[in-house]
Amino acid sequence: MEQDPKEPDTTGARERGNVTRGTLVRIIIIAGVAAVLGVVLALSINWFPVAASKQAGPIDTLWDVLLIFSVPIFVIVCTVVITSVVKFRMRPGEEDLDGPPIHGNTKLEVIWTTIPALLLLGLCTYSYLVLHDIEKAPASGREMRVAVTGQQFNWTFKYELGKRSFTSAQLYLPIHESVKFDIRSVDVLHDFWVPAFRMKIDAVPGIVTHYRVTPTRLGSYPVVCAELCGLGHAFMRNTAHVYPPDKFNAWVRKMQIAQGVISGGGGAGGGGGGNALAAGRAVFTGPGGCSACHTLADAKATGTVGPDLDKFLKPRNKAFIKTSIVDPNAYVEKGFPANTMPSNFGSTLSQSQIDAVVNYLYQVTR
Amino acid sequence: MLARIRHPGWIRATVWIVIGIGFSIALDVGIRAIYGHDRFTHFYEADAVLQVCLIAVPLFFLAGLGCFDYWAYWASGRKTRPEDHSGHGAKSWKSYFYPNTDHKVIGIQYTVHSFVFLFIGGLIAMLMRAELAAPGRQFVDANTFNGLFSVHASLLIFLFIIPVFAGLANYVLPLMIGAPDMAFPRLNALSFWLLPIAGVMMLMSFFWGSFASGWTAYAPLSVTAPIGQVFFTIAVQFAGASSIATALNFLVTIITMRAPGMSFFRMPLLVWANFSTSLLVVIATPFIAASQFFVLLDRAVGFNFFNYNLNGDVLMYQHVFWFYSHPAVYIMMLPGFGIVSEVLAVKSRKPIFGYRMMAFSLLAIVVLGFTVWAHHMFVSGMAPWIRIPMMVTTAIIAVPTGIKIFSWLATLWRGVLHLDTPMLFVLGFLTMFTLGGISGVMLAMVPLDIHVSDTYFIVAHIHYVLFGGSLFTIFAGVYYWFPKMTGRMLDERMGKWHFWLTFIFFNITFAPMHLIGVQGMPRRVSDYADKFATWNMIISLASFALGLSMLIFVYNVITSWRAGPKASSNPWHALTLEWQVSSPPPVFNFDTIPTVVGGPYEYGVPGAVHGIFGPAKPAEVPAVAPTTPAGG
Repeated sequence: MEQDPKEPDTTGARERGNVTRGTLVRIIIIAGVAAVLGVVLALSINWFPVAASKQAGPIDTLWDVLLIFSVPIFVIVCTVVITSVVKFRMRPGEEDLDGPPIHGNTKLEVIWTTIPALLLLGLCTYSYLVLHDIEKAPASGREMRVAVTGQQFNWTFKYELGKRSFTSAQLYLPIHESVKFDIRSVDVLHDFWVPAFRMKIDAVPGIVTHYRVTPTRLGSYPVVCAELCGLGHAFMRNTAHVYPPDKFNAWVRKMQIAQGVISGGGGAGGGGGGNALAAGRAVFTGPGGCSACHTLADAKATGTVGPDLDKFLKPRNKAFIKTSIVDPNAYVEKGFPANTMPSNFGSTLSQSQIDAVVNYLYQVTR
Repeated sequence: MLARIRHPGWIRATVWIVIGIGFSIALDVGIRAIYGHDRFTHFYEADAVLQVCLIAVPLFFLAGLGCFDYWAYWASGRKTRPEDHSGHGAKSWKSYFYPNTDHKVIGIQYTVHSFVFLFIGGLIAMLMRAELAAPGRQFVDANTFNGLFSVHASLLIFLFIIPVFAGLANYVLPLMIGAPDMAFPRLNALSFWLLPIAGVMMLMSFFWGSFASGWTAYAPLSVTAPIGQVFFTIAVQFAGASSIATALNFLVTIITMRAPGMSFFRMPLLVWANFSTSLLVVIATPFIAASQFFVLLDRAVGFNFFNYNLNGDVLMYQHVFWFYSHPAVYIMMLPGFGIVSEVLAVKSRKPIFGYRMMAFSLLAIVVLGFTVWAHHMFVSGMAPWIRIPMMVTTAIIAVPTGIKIFSWLATLWRGVLHLDTPMLFVLGFLTMFTLGGISGVMLAMVPLDIHVSDTYFIVAHIHYVLFGGSLFTIFAGVYYWFPKMTGRMLDERMGKWHFWLTFIFFNITFAPMHLIGVQGMPRRVSDYADKFATWNMIISLASFALGLSMLIFVYNVITSWRAGPKASSNPWHALTLEWQVSSPPPVFNFDTIPTVVGGPYEYGVPGAVHGIFGPAKPAEVPAVAPTTPAGG
């Protein structure tokens, strides 16, 4: 694009407008160096969070490729602008001077239409291949499934392993095994995103959405809700743990035993009280999602969207607590907006779960 | 007193507002009575009255102000006031507070009004940045914060960028095509007065529990949100109606009111840009109106469009919404392209490179703009195959945009660059908009979009496009046409300070957002993980400096408008018609209708003229007409 337009300079008076071949070569060299430096700089930035899934690799590489093509385009635009400002700016005495009346150049216009078009189609093809790669099923056919449910303002994870399904308040995955998520929402749109896995999709009420990842790195990673879902949206965070297979299996056994106790209706004698509290705590931090918005010392919850339950529930009785859960607008604490707490707990939680959490809240706030 | 109540104006408007409220209450109570509902037993039922009020009261207000007087007289067979154009021109500053049929008065009303909302929207942005300066809660609760970012976007989109372009074009477009006014002056006045209604309504949402579902107002959140939501739902209808009416007005004006000799390919590119934009507005805007009517009907009367328990379709909302809102980003950019072409040709003293391709690329963007909407929905859960065609069309729409960028660069080459404030903003636009375009192409690539959608990367992209893109062109346009609109020159030194401070702090504010977005910070959050704290503090500080830099502009405009040096009719030595009349132009623009005899950008062609006053003498035409643009 920096080539000299071939039309004659009809004003004739202006030597300054002509760029000699030597100058042009110098400009192109400077721009080339700037482009290379820019690409090196852009690639040296630590853009992504830690990569913890097989899917992260191709996506991070796609980003690098996009940077390699993008930086030179930006450098070209800046080079022409800066060169024009330096070489062609109006100098004293040129107030009434006009530039050469160049109206266009068909060859140039064809070039800057076709080259970008081909480049973009190339990038689209590459992106399509990456997309196919990150979404395809594992070759072995072995795949775990986890049902993810979004609710204002927390996630719950349901595992179908062995005979009995169980739910967990946090996400636990074995390393190097492909997992397919079946994502649902019970109220409004949410978006299930683990930045370290790079994948996300909306949780849409009424339909089930999916994606799969293969965790490749041990550790704990943030789970984020990426779709505005109401007042607690910013606090709708959770944690994904990637375990070695044996540790994961041990965790599964532990969960199955624990939840078998709940559905079994409590143990005998004094142990029952402790188990009932545990059951209530599990609802509070799990399917209830209460801990996202409320502070409660016993559950290590620190949410600030709703009232601090340690203080707020101290003088209240069980009937009040139950009403506040199933009909939150019946009483709204001063300083907090109405219509904020989900009003559908009566239908999303079972009767025994509600009783468990009411009992739990009553006991731990005395 | 009675006469003042009968005469159109603010007193009558106030009376009519009271009547409107009474009408709304009567309508609501009456219909409830017919259906056999109880009268109000619960405070929340007052919501019904509120929603009827939000629709009816603005219409009563407009009637009281006199926006419908002529049509009402005409329709009822009463004697209409003779069309002596007594409503034309501003007699004093007070005239700007009443409906006026002069496109120049309306242009200034639009522009000043839009800038008021720019500053309100900017202040809201700084409140948000104050909250985000550190993790945890600083100043506002989650409800207010969600309201702040929702109203910030809504005001700046519907009350600033879209109408300010309509305002600038309202002023200069009829002058550019040699017309005495717009085609429908009374409709033009009505279009403007719909806007303050929308703006005031969006701001009022804060007093009703705030509108907190984002400017996208996705269902079902918007259907179940507190009543503050309907202030957006209904305000959009007024802003949209204003947009559509103005666009129709531009289309008819451009098609039927061009001066003799002004063929389509002799039109300045600003006129082409507004022609293209108006096509987009007329075709697309009804879709956002529909999406918000769905929400309103769902909320108010239980239509259950988006109630998934009753087979409602949640994704449908997003499709209808984006079928407007993607073309809307071109509605917010194409007029800016027009401004850039005007300023660049004049300030480079060269013809626009590839004029015809510049016009055709606008039309290409109009057509392609309707084929890309679902790229906002790559992670929405829609059918996966839709992502691929949408990725390809989204990438391809960068081609006509690229043609424009390269043609502007070629226009600079070998010109005589006048580096004053309008030109600086144009050069700032060229570089910053390129960055916004590049991140746009990155976002088109589905695998990357999966990771970065709904993150700060999106926030960075949209601000590079709308701030570094649209707002820079708006500033270029204001600095360029201010002498024509006010008859006064702006201060150059302050203008340059304004540009450089804005340019620098714009980049410090928005560039780091690319990084924290890719690193995993979601958008629309009042709280974030501690690892983003440093960048957020830097961004917040830069955003305050960016806000302060705007004060230079305000001071410059106010002092120059009051006492700046008088502007000559053509201070930039431009060829287009608006510069061939006095500054500001006479009430009816042209004492004699001009005849257009050549292209609008024939700089450097000896003796070239774009338009002459009075009919062209046949012998003169070949002498001054340029040869056909080479390669155009």
